[in-house]
Amino acid sequence: MISIPRKKIREYDAKKMLAANLAKYGYDISLEVAKVDEHTIKGNMGKTVEIGSVSGVLTNFIIEPFVEHDNEYFLAIMSQREEDIILFSEKGGVDVEEHWHKIIQIPVPINENIENISITTRLPVSGERKERIVSFIKALYKYYVDFGCTYIEMNPLAFDKQERVYPLGFVCELDDCEHKCEGKWNGLEFPQPFGRKLYPQEKFVAELDDKTGASLKLTVLNPDGKIWLLVAGGGASVIYTDTVVDLGYGKELGNYGEYSGDPNEEETYHYAKTVIGLATNGGQEDRTLLIGGGVANFTNVANTFKGIIRALRESKEHLQKMKIFVRRGGPNYEEGLKMMRELGNEINVAIDVYGPETHMTKIVDLAIKQMNGH
Amino acid sequence: MENHNLFSRDTEAFIYNLKVAPIQRMLDFDYICKRSKPSVAAIINPGNSGYHKAFFGTKEILIPVYSKISDAVTAHSHADVMVNFASFRSAYSSSKEALETKTIRTVAIIAEGMPERDVRQLISVAKKNNKIIIGPATVGGIAAGAFRIGNTAGTIENIISCKLYRAGSVGFVSKSGGLTNEMCNVLGRTTDGVYEAIAIGGDRYPGSTMLEHMLRFEQNPEIKMIVGLGELGGDEEYAIIEAKKKGKITKPIVMWVSGTCTKIFPGEVQFGHAGAKTGKLEESADAKNKALRDVGVIVPNSFEDFDKKIAEVFASLKLPAKKEPEVPKLPLDYDAAVKKSAVRKPTNFISTISDDRGDEPYYVGIPMSKLIENNYSIGDVISLLWFKKRLPEYATKFIEMCIIIAADHGPAVSGAHNAIVAARAGKDTVSSLCSGLLTIGPRFGGAIDDAARFFKEACDKGLSAEQFVEDMKKQGMLIPGIGHRIKSAKNPDKRVELLKEYAKSFPSHKYLDYALAVEQVTLKKADNLILNVDGCIGVLFVDLFDSCKFSKEEIDEIVELGYLNGIFVLARSIGLMGHVFDQKRLKQPLYRHPWDDILFLP
Repeated sequence: MISIPRKKIREYDAKKMLAANLAKYGYDISLEVAKVDEHTIKGNMGKTVEIGSVSGVLTNFIIEPFVEHDNEYFLAIMSQREEDIILFSEKGGVDVEEHWHKIIQIPVPINENIENISITTRLPVSGERKERIVSFIKALYKYYVDFGCTYIEMNPLAFDKQERVYPLGFVCELDDCEHKCEGKWNGLEFPQPFGRKLYPQEKFVAELDDKTGASLKLTVLNPDGKIWLLVAGGGASVIYTDTVVDLGYGKELGNYGEYSGDPNEEETYHYAKTVIGLATNGGQEDRTLLIGGGVANFTNVANTFKGIIRALRESKEHLQKMKIFVRRGGPNYEEGLKMMRELGNEINVAIDVYGPETHMTKIVDLAIKQMNGH
Repeated sequence: MENHNLFSRDTEAFIYNLKVAPIQRMLDFDYICKRSKPSVAAIINPGNSGYHKAFFGTKEILIPVYSKISDAVTAHSHADVMVNFASFRSAYSSSKEALETKTIRTVAIIAEGMPERDVRQLISVAKKNNKIIIGPATVGGIAAGAFRIGNTAGTIENIISCKLYRAGSVGFVSKSGGLTNEMCNVLGRTTDGVYEAIAIGGDRYPGSTMLEHMLRFEQNPEIKMIVGLGELGGDEEYAIIEAKKKGKITKPIVMWVSGTCTKIFPGEVQFGHAGAKTGKLEESADAKNKALRDVGVIVPNSFEDFDKKIAEVFASLKLPAKKEPEVPKLPLDYDAAVKKSAVRKPTNFISTISDDRGDEPYYVGIPMSKLIENNYSIGDVISLLWFKKRLPEYATKFIEMCIIIAADHGPAVSGAHNAIVAARAGKDTVSSLCSGLLTIGPRFGGAIDDAARFFKEACDKGLSAEQFVEDMKKQGMLIPGIGHRIKSAKNPDKRVELLKEYAKSFPSHKYLDYALAVEQVTLKKADNLILNVDGCIGVLFVDLFDSCKFSKEEIDEIVELGYLNGIFVLARSIGLMGHVFDQKRLKQPLYRHPWDDILFLP
């Protein structure tokens, strides 16, 4: 759905990259960190754990030497529209949220040199360590800007007996649109979010998506769902999905999906075939398929419908009890809608067809009424 | 122009990067809006300058193209918009430069995938210079009846059905560019239409916010209601809520935030980043919709009744109906008219031998892949492209043999000599080759057609060899294809011997036999009046056509049109180019003919 260019990276990568580069920004840091494989972490590697409502498999561990330290600090940098904000607290560690009021915020306006920002006077630290923290923050900020970071959080941040700095816990998020930084990132991998295994159909569509300049997306929400979506356009697909949920039928929604960016007939066919396959799997009583979309800008509606029509025709024996609703506008939509109507007669499947004179999500309402036997 | 209006019917824009289709779409919009001047003042196309031709209605106009923003701005100080079609890589520098000019006030950035820090820097430049950015990652926007950014609102048919050719009373702003089209359609159906529709783009930090545009709409007396379409993520909508609370917006707002579905998605785990607690507001669509509703924004229950809410609010305003102007009919583009079978025109050219319109070129109906797979020879290709037939192998081999034999005849013959002189004068390959080819004519290499014609005519008439020689003598004509400067009966031309030998394999060689009979007569007059290579090739081609069952008319036409001299030109081009390369390889200097080789007379 809406793609977010801010990407979290692995803590291992975050630490390695920082240790390798921070000296260039005026602060030497040495971090010993190792990524380990399943031989070292027997019992935990591959174990399924549940965090919140999501369960997933543990696949990555890091090993670090124990660092004896006194105080635990909290340090973060975040980006906002007109400024970056440095957050710091002397009361870091697991209890940071309890001491939230102790966090100080130092805004750095965009395009401002960090050297011109007064940090020393605002830092609630006393003693010799203060200047050390200030220079660490300055180096870290320069690194933050230069490496395309959108969020950094070090909690806890600690010092060992030799006063060497250690970000013991380290979260780092990068802007994957920062093409200038790709060289510096040095082949860094953006891991998939924790948890959630892909259905084979989702994998298939993701592979299709990789191979084309167009956009093809599929998320299975409920394989036994009664409402299935085959929607053109990123924005429109979200709104169709919203509407099913807003009308109270989110539980009945089989999938989220989108095709856009002018996929060719073959790609549209494979995409449609996959969605239809899911929609007709496990009985078709009361099931509906919504072939929706807004008023297209320049996509030839009749052309994109050809791939969908081919997929529908091939699946006709599975569609006999299914109800299909179509709504679309844009270049050549009259011809596209006519083709859909004719297909309904040809394969003897109920296909209700609407154009731009009908509100975009009207077919969601109609589908729900149909499902409820109205 | 009032400060709250970015665009008017006089707005002129620069287009950064030569994007032919959106430029034409802007001009088409101008035309149906009956603008007096086109909205595209100039194109900035880095590295190129000149003119771009486009249609303004039925007329063609020239739009100046500049290679630099600074040049364009100097020449068109009244243009105050730049529509930036630069890629995400170069959008930053070009947008920054535009924002720093005196005269460009609004920059629309179309590119998707710009780094957020770049955009934030542009925002700070815009703020400093009191400029407006629309985008990035957007289609742009449209001021109905006045100005269109690039591709906004799609096809002309859609623009007409949404009545965007004249201003309505609704100010619309959305994040999504894709849905702007759908919303123009909704507003066209439920209200008196759009006054202005802006898509600010889907990035985290859009160059201008929804609120900034809504505040402009608030100040604009022509706009009676505001419609917004937000998205989950970011805090755009909270700024609107604040403004609404403070009474900065009093006009009715109907708004919907999309993304309410995310709650049923298998989510990503949030590990409780502290950032989420720094006073940030909840970014979910549900939270935003509720917060908007709480301050009196009209929020539907779902997108499904968005249109009804808009219609209700619009009806409650009780506005007088807008006057509907007559919309000029946009002429069909030729290509579109052809597709619709709405137009026909006579063609200026015909081709019957080859066709390159498909996936691969065809020679007389045979696809290139088949030519290669089936090992077609050069002789086969010549038969196809020249004679439009496939000839049997003995014939194509004969054609190739003629090419081999006539490919070169040493550096001293006129053609080679001229090519060499031209090459030594420093001329390029084509010029040097042409210099040689242009010597081919009646005295050099150009006797094949004539030989074929005369021998064939005489033979077909049934003239005896003696009669033919006598007739030619009476007319005071030399017999083409007879005689050689060096070769003679005693010193025969090896090339002719080879050709004659090969001709034995032809099913019929009566014309050669006839020519040889003529040679017997002429040899009685002088030893060097032999059938020369031109003559031999000429008559053998006639024998070949005869053997391959070409009709008499076909053969006459071939001879008439000069096909056979073509064989010589084709063959000799190989040799001439060889001489040209040879001279260039040897770095031969400019040739000057020595005076002592010229007889100077008073």
